[in-house]
Amino acid sequence: MHVLRQPFDDAQGEGSKEPQPDAASVKLGRAIVITSGKGGVGKTTTTANLGTALARRGRSVALVDADVGLRNLDIVMGLESRVKYHVLDVLEEKVSLDEALVRDKHSPTLHLLAAAQTREKEEVDTQKMLELIQTLRERFDYVLIDCPAGIERGFQNAVVGAEEAIVVCTPEVSAVRDVDRVVGLLGNRFSPQLVINRVRAQLVKKGKMLSVEDVNSILRLPLLGVIADEPEVIVSTNKGEPLALRTDSKTAAAYHAIAARVAGEDVPAPTVEYKESFMSKIGSLLGGRR
Amino acid sequence: MIEFLNRLFGRQTSGATAKERLRLVLMSDHLSLAPEMIEAMKRDLVDVISRYVEVDREKIDVHFENQDNVLAMLANIPITGVNRNSGGPKPQTGQRAPRKRRKKSSSGQQSSGTPAPAT
Repeated sequence: MHVLRQPFDDAQGEGSKEPQPDAASVKLGRAIVITSGKGGVGKTTTTANLGTALARRGRSVALVDADVGLRNLDIVMGLESRVKYHVLDVLEEKVSLDEALVRDKHSPTLHLLAAAQTREKEEVDTQKMLELIQTLRERFDYVLIDCPAGIERGFQNAVVGAEEAIVVCTPEVSAVRDVDRVVGLLGNRFSPQLVINRVRAQLVKKGKMLSVEDVNSILRLPLLGVIADEPEVIVSTNKGEPLALRTDSKTAAAYHAIAARVAGEDVPAPTVEYKESFMSKIGSLLGGRR
Repeated sequence: MIEFLNRLFGRQTSGATAKERLRLVLMSDHLSLAPEMIEAMKRDLVDVISRYVEVDREKIDVHFENQDNVLAMLANIPITGVNRNSGGPKPQTGQRAPRKRRKKSSSGQQSSGTPAPAT
């Protein structure tokens, strides 16, 4: 059994932030990078939903899209029309951080710092990125950094300011291999925790998909969460409304469980249901949510 | 249940195939990411073999191959002479003997776990 990392108790409101021995009075928030190596496994969706779920818990959260050149987090959050400035504008001191931070539609404590769509990853100054994350940590309880795919400069820039890492994996040989590589690259500075995304319980049951146990018998990371491959995830992305906003969805509940674990709460081990429940069958027969 | 039936009839599910492929590919990855480990192993290997035969340390080749779901280590160690009093110091003379090919295979059971990620 893995023991989930609980760096500090987060459920106590004010006194929850990590004490910094060398920065006497400034309490820093937690900077967590969401990474995977492979593209398309659900880093951005995980970032959006974890951020939303943490904000729903009353925490202040900054989402940073580090995927310069291929910005997506604003779309998943449904904030694309509100983005005026981006992370490079801030790093190059063209605008202030406050001008560039976009407030979320639904959660007043949730903010987004978008990536630049027309710039390149190589243009990001790694040292300045580190300083930016540090500044955000002074202002927010959580700083979630959405890492680009790959292990090059963009990865380095996304990781530099983080002190914790969440790795997202799907039950595929290629995705697990890439996560294994990324975990090696992250090195000893991080204690990565694992989110297994897009698990299809029916296929696992038939032996046609790697199970959560298969994946983690190889990766051996603390399991933070398991997200089922459900149409509602796609629907929420279509709409630009993170699923974690909902209270009537099992998948949303899985994201909230991840947020609770990140916050240090001892919630039951993550699983996916192998049996379709009677009620959900009825629900899908009646049309349910699109 | 289905998995059980598949096992009963000796069929492997694609999930099991995926797991097997993943295990192999990660072993190869970890080996290729740990060149200093391979070098150390080469040295130890040669030290042991040198107790019995003289080998050409410069021309030793160790590599790994996937062969039918088994990751095999192939070592090509040119032998330059036979050490008559094994264990003793080796004189620097002797004729080059034919190359000897050694094969050592690592079974799945032996290393079912993931080695620590190399950095």
